Amino acid sequence: MITLNHYLIASGLLFAIGLVGVVSRRNTLMILLSVELMLNAANLSFVAFSRYLGHSTGQIFVFFIMLVAAAEVTVGLAILIVMARAVGKTDADALKSLRW
Amino acid sequence: MGALHATTLYMSDAIWFYTLTTFMVGSALGVVLARKPIYAVLSLVATLFGMASLFILLGAFFVAAIQILVYAGAILVLFLFVVMLLDLSDEAAPQKRTLTLRAIGFVFGAAFISKLYFALSFFPNSPLAIHESMKYGTAREIGKLLFTVYWLPFELSSMLVLVGIIGAVVLAKRKLDES
Repeated sequence: MITLNHYLIASGLLFAIGLVGVVSRRNTLMILLSVELMLNAANLSFVAFSRYLGHSTGQIFVFFIMLVAAAEVTVGLAILIVMARAVGKTDADALKSLRW
Repeated sequence: MGALHATTLYMSDAIWFYTLTTFMVGSALGVVLARKPIYAVLSLVATLFGMASLFILLGAFFVAAIQILVYAGAILVLFLFVVMLLDLSDEAAPQKRTLTLRAIGFVFGAAFISKLYFALSFFPNSPLAIHESMKYGTAREIGKLLFTVYWLPFELSSMLVLVGIIGAVVLAKRKLDES
């Protein structure tokens, strides 16, 4: 029998995988992809809670999270293109000028 | 609803849940572990499709459709365009793993797992209710809520998307030597 906790554990697994990606990858594009993974993990637990409580409000929040993710990705990828033009690399380590 | 009917419903629910979750977590691992960015983007597409099927399993039909249309259709296509445009090379190696980094990672991982366990032990381990009619996830219900209770956040989110579009155009079109 599938309970709420099953979905929450799946969401936690996905979030942890995304967190590992953010921390361990160097390429800024990979970091953005892992952030998407973490946002989706949050979406999964929102929908699971919406089903558990029998109310649609959680799904409204998922809608808003998707909108914010879309805006974030657009601006993030534009910054990535500017970074590739200015520095010539897309590694997060290449941006050193603000480092003490 | 008879007891036998409910039992078979729970059984098929479990089979679908485990299959889809295994698929989803496997392709999520592919996102993080892939050396080439294009494979990572394609495994993220697979992850999003798995998650959309989980949404359908939960009765959230509208959100599942939006997930496919917006995420797999728009956001991931944007990612693919950037990957092709920039001609990204393979990552040479992940960050150097020193002993201190490993220790810090271990501590934070243990903290994360214990926090997750603490949070999960709060909720009763009760099954998700099998509702008589799964009306609450349809586009009609979501639209009703969106345009009555949540109309202000909805309008504000359109402003946010507009700001995102203008910001992306301004950032990408600017000549670097002008600044």
